[in-house]
Amino acid sequence: MAVIIKDSECIACGSCLPACPFGAIELEDESAKIGDACTQCGACLDGICPVDAIEREAGDEKAPAADLDAYKGVWVLIEHFENKIRSVSLELLGQARLLAGKLGEEVAGVVIGHGVEDLASQVFAGGADKVYLADDPLLAHYSTDGFSNTLTDLIQTYHPNVILLGATNDGRDIGPRVACRIGTGLTADCTYLSIDEATKLVVWTRPAFGGNIMANILCPNSRPQMGTVRPNVFKRPEPDYRRGGETVRISCKLKPEDIRTKFISLQRVGEASCNLEEAEFIVSGGRGLGDPKYFDMIQELADALGGVVGASRAAVDSGWKPHLHQVGQTGKTVAPKVYIAVGISGAIQHLAGMSGSDTVIAINRDPDAPIFKKANYGIVGDFKEVLPRLIAQVKKIKGL
Amino acid sequence: MNIIVCVKQVPDTTEVRIDPETNTLVRQGVPSIVNPFDLNALEAALQLRGKHGGKVSVISMGPPQAAEALKECLAMGADDVYLVSDRAFGGADTLATSYTLAAAVRKLGDYDLIICGKQAIDGDTAQVGPEMAEHLDIPQVTYVAGIEADGNTVRLKREHEEGYEIIETTLPAVLSVVKSINEPRLATIKGTIKASSAEIPVLTASDLGVDKDKTGLSGSPTQVKNIFTPEQRTQGEMIAGADAAECVEILMQRLIGSKLL
Repeated sequence: MAVIIKDSECIACGSCLPACPFGAIELEDESAKIGDACTQCGACLDGICPVDAIEREAGDEKAPAADLDAYKGVWVLIEHFENKIRSVSLELLGQARLLAGKLGEEVAGVVIGHGVEDLASQVFAGGADKVYLADDPLLAHYSTDGFSNTLTDLIQTYHPNVILLGATNDGRDIGPRVACRIGTGLTADCTYLSIDEATKLVVWTRPAFGGNIMANILCPNSRPQMGTVRPNVFKRPEPDYRRGGETVRISCKLKPEDIRTKFISLQRVGEASCNLEEAEFIVSGGRGLGDPKYFDMIQELADALGGVVGASRAAVDSGWKPHLHQVGQTGKTVAPKVYIAVGISGAIQHLAGMSGSDTVIAINRDPDAPIFKKANYGIVGDFKEVLPRLIAQVKKIKGL
Repeated sequence: MNIIVCVKQVPDTTEVRIDPETNTLVRQGVPSIVNPFDLNALEAALQLRGKHGGKVSVISMGPPQAAEALKECLAMGADDVYLVSDRAFGGADTLATSYTLAAAVRKLGDYDLIICGKQAIDGDTAQVGPEMAEHLDIPQVTYVAGIEADGNTVRLKREHEEGYEIIETTLPAVLSVVKSINEPRLATIKGTIKASSAEIPVLTASDLGVDKDKTGLSGSPTQVKNIFTPEQRTQGEMIAGADAAECVEILMQRLIGSKLL
């Protein structure tokens, strides 16, 4: 599978160097050499080399570890908080239905917790054929050990083909732990899922390099194929409460000493004002505001719209807003009806977090700011003049 | 308290651009930096050392030039650094990387805490920390925004969708830290001078005694099928009003017209 450059044919012209997104090809004396940074992505293969000196090595395909066909079913780990299923899990049930349809397999939701039995009906309504239910007092609160032991047990008993997890803090905590124990691959933060027709493998599409490029990832030789998926990327399917299914109750094998972390408490932070993921209107501020005091203006517009306040990484880095408000690759991924970006230039990092928005409005002084390329409506101007007028107009319409 | 910090040398992704004509990634002139979150990890370790004594070791897996990143860590005040580097480690995904780093941690031995940044800015996977914890069979706490150590326990503030969880665990453990935990210190001039001439010890596959089938490309269950440049949204309407008032007027018409308001 390795990509190689045939020394004897390479003319050291250097055409392949810029083709490599990982900067893994270097020119040495008489030929180009592929270095350690190579991920075998094949970007250098197609028509890049003028003398066809680059090729994929044949013959060293790894043999699958076990009988892969024995693994069936598309699972979703159902995340919940205070007896409410997180939106991302319902979004994933919709995707699981699509993947399972193409594979001719069933969809199962995995519900781990305590006193969570009544969530099953919503999981069925969301698209599951089956619910695996692990209910135990030791699982009353998320713990890495408690939840990963339970999920690993389930996998080893029921052999699913695919597992989808939300790319939430807990999903990104349990996912690698379980994948590592099983020895399988986990693709992080996917934004698109599909099935490769020829191999029936899941094609996991994810951004890399801060959203600058997208990569399609496969997990050909180990099962289950696992991935975390960003919240708010997929639409939640309409629940169908006529649907039912089989609930499989799991007897929990956990002992208290298996859980090596102790949950002490939860400190809520600006809960009402910071639910960016579920917001219909988001008004975000960036460093272009010039001074943190102008976030009051951002807040006023957000309040008038019934929305919440976001911030760019630059604004968060400057200490103008807590990280919980950050929208972008390393912050939250949002998908509101309307996203208003004020004084945000639109670094690719930021765009990666808000490109799921239905309508984007950008207000910036710099007409060349990249944010305008993503905007449905752009206003070039001083936000200090634009915002007060916009706030007044919105308030008028809303009768505030 | 002996702490091992894991760092990665990454291209500064905020400097990476897409060439609009060829739609390929422009890497030329993009500086290599220490992954920013890993500097927070190192700072957290240095602060713990300041309070509780002990030493801070830094490991990094990467090609030979990643030694530069380790020199930066020395300049910031790390006691010792190790480069984990071998042709056999190339092309590793997170599972193979964490296997290799866990072997390096075992080789160093005698540690109380392992601290990583929450994720690397080039891959953004956030997987290597938890997978290392699994290989080492020790507890993990991710998204840590505050650390208080007391004897054999640590009390941690963990970022969560609803706020912060307070979690306790016993040592040894793996922590991954978020940016808000601290402000990384700058390298001292003395440190920089010392680091510039430092020999960086290299740990190879045979030094670590790893199973080569579990490292690098052959130890990686995931494969990159292909990569492509994301679609750019087509340009929308630039609102051309004479002044701010008119712009707002036009914008409101559009929003009301499309029933967004």
